[in-house]
Amino acid sequence: MELRKSYFADVRKDDLHEIGQPRPRSDSPGHVTGKTAFFADRNFPGMLHLKMVRSPHHHARIRSIDTSEAEKHPGVVKILTAKDVPHNVYTILILIQIGPEDETVLADGKVRWKGEAVVAVLAETERAAQEAAAKVKVDYEVLPAVFDMEEALKPGAPLVNEYHGQNYYLYDSGECRKVRFGDVEAGFAGADHVLEQSYQSSPIEHAPTETTGCVVMPEGNDRFTCYTNTQAMFFTLDNTSIILQMPGSKLHFVGGTVGGGFGGKVDVIVEPIAILGAKLTGRPVCFIYSREEEMQISSPRAAEKVVIKDGVMKDGRIVARKVTGYTDAGAYSRHSPYGAQKGAGHYPGPYTIPNVWIDTYCVYTNRTPSSAMRGFGVTIGDFALEVQMDKLARLIGMDPLEFRFINAYRDGDMKAHRQPTEGAALIECMQEASRAANWPVAEKYLAMSSYVKGA
Amino acid sequence: MAKVPVQFTLNGSEKAEFVDSGTTLLHALRDKIGDTSPKGGCHQGTCGACSVIIDGELRLSCLTLAETCNGATISTTSGLSESGVLHPLQRAFLDTFATQCGFCTPGMIMAAKVLLDHTPNPSRDEVIEALSGNICRCTGYEPIIQAVLTAARSNSQNAA
Repeated sequence: MELRKSYFADVRKDDLHEIGQPRPRSDSPGHVTGKTAFFADRNFPGMLHLKMVRSPHHHARIRSIDTSEAEKHPGVVKILTAKDVPHNVYTILILIQIGPEDETVLADGKVRWKGEAVVAVLAETERAAQEAAAKVKVDYEVLPAVFDMEEALKPGAPLVNEYHGQNYYLYDSGECRKVRFGDVEAGFAGADHVLEQSYQSSPIEHAPTETTGCVVMPEGNDRFTCYTNTQAMFFTLDNTSIILQMPGSKLHFVGGTVGGGFGGKVDVIVEPIAILGAKLTGRPVCFIYSREEEMQISSPRAAEKVVIKDGVMKDGRIVARKVTGYTDAGAYSRHSPYGAQKGAGHYPGPYTIPNVWIDTYCVYTNRTPSSAMRGFGVTIGDFALEVQMDKLARLIGMDPLEFRFINAYRDGDMKAHRQPTEGAALIECMQEASRAANWPVAEKYLAMSSYVKGA
Repeated sequence: MAKVPVQFTLNGSEKAEFVDSGTTLLHALRDKIGDTSPKGGCHQGTCGACSVIIDGELRLSCLTLAETCNGATISTTSGLSESGVLHPLQRAFLDTFATQCGFCTPGMIMAAKVLLDHTPNPSRDEVIEALSGNICRCTGYEPIIQAVLTAARSNSQNAA
C-alpha cells in the first residue's frame, strides 16, 4: 500500500516504531499447529451435557411444565426451570445502567419468541440430554403475536414484553431517540427538490464457524471456572454474578479465544445457566449450541426500517434531512436500545446539513431477539444513506462523487448533535478513492481539503 | 450400548480404543484420544473444520464412523510439524496471515496437504477447488489461497 505523505504533512509523525511495521500475531503459531485451545477443546471427566427445551410458539402463556417423564430418562442428572435461577430476570446493559431488566434466563409464565429457552436438561451424554429434552411436556396457551414493527407500534397491538409496558423502548428522551438541529420544515420549504424514500433490511445471522457455548468446571469451595467463547468477558462475568447472586470472586472466566464472532457472542446466554448446572450437580457442564441452534436461536443483526426525506438545492447542497428509523429488537432488549441510539447519531451521515430532524425507535416484536453485529445500528443506516445520496445526485443531474464532495463534513463544521467536526479527512479519502477507482472528478474537488475550513 | 474396538495409526502412533457403536471419528479423536486439532463446526459435513486425512484421502471426521477406521492411517494438523519444525504449509499460513480466528485453519491445512501431496504445483483454480469444501468466516479466502500457493512454491524450491 502506498502512503501519501503529502496529506497532513505538518501533523504527521514518522518516528513511530509499531504503526506501519509488520508484527506476527501471537496466536498464529497455535492456530497452524492445531494447539490453540478453543473452549470446546476442554474435556473433563464426568462432564454433563446441557440441552434446552425451547418454545415452539412465538408468543404463549405457559400453563404448566411437566418434567417427570424426562427425569426418568436414563442418564438424566438434573432438570432446571425458572424457579431454580436465583435472579431470573436480567438485561445485558443493566451493567451500564440501562434497564429495565426484561429477559428471563429460563421462561417464567410466558414465552415471547419461537426458540426461547424454557427448561434446561443436564445429562451424562449429549444424546441422553436431547432425548430427555424431547420428553419435557410444556402446556402452552398460544397468544396473538406481532412480527412487524409498524404493526407493533399501533394501538391495540399484542403487548410483547410486560417489563416495558409498551412495544417500544422508553428512552429518557421519550419513545424514541431524537436529534433536532436547525429548522427542518423551513429547510424543505426552501429546497429545490425534496426526496422521501424508505429502506428496509432483514435480520442477518453471523454464522461463526465455532458455535456459541461454554464449558464449566466446579473447582470446589463454591468456585467455578468457565471456559467460554464470549466476546464480552466482563459483561458476562458481571451479569452472571447478578443472575446467580454470587460474588464475581467465585467466578473465574477463561476466554479470549473465539472461533469467529462478528458481534454474535456478546450476549450473556449460555454461561449463567451452565454455571448454575455445575453448581447444582457438582459436576463439569458443557453447553454448546448445535449448528441449527446457532442459526435459529442466536441473536441476529436487527431488521431495520429507515425513512429518509432530504431537501436538496440544484447546486448540490443538502439543506434539510428528516429521518425516522426503526430497529426490530425482537422480544427482548439485549443491545438493541443502544443500536437504535447509535442510528440517531449516525443518520446525518458524514455530511454537513444545516437542518436535521431524527427519530429512532427500538421496537419490540415476537421475533428472535436481535443484538450486536459489526457496526449494528449504523451499517444498514449507511446503506440507506448512501443509496439515498446516489438518488439525490441523479435527481439534480450531478456526478454522485462530486455531490458528496459538496456535502462532506470538514473540520470546524458543526454536526447535527452540536459536536464540532475534528480530524475528518473525508475529502482526502474521497480524493484517493476517485483516483483508485479511476472515477474522475472536477479539478476543484481535488483542490479541496477537510483540514482548514473554519478551523 | 455395544462397545466396538478400533485400532488405527494416528500421526505415526498406534491407537486402540473401545468406542460406542456410531461414534464419529471426530468425537473419538477429540474426546477419547485427546487430539483436538480437528474442530466441530457444523457436525453435518458442510464446514470442513473437522477435515482429516485417512489413507491419503481427505475425509470429514464428523461424518466418518470411528469403527470404520480399523487399520487406517490417519493424519491431523497436530501431527504435521516434526521436531518442532513447522511444515511448509503451516509456515506459509503463518507468514501470509492466513489465520484469523484459527478455527477453520486445521481443516484448511489438511485439505491443502492432500492437494499438494497429489499435485505439488497446483494452479490457483486447483487450490480454490481443493479448498471449496472448507468454510472460513473471518480470515477470508484470498490469504488462504496465497498461503497454499506459497507453500507449493517453497516445496518445489526445496525439491530443486
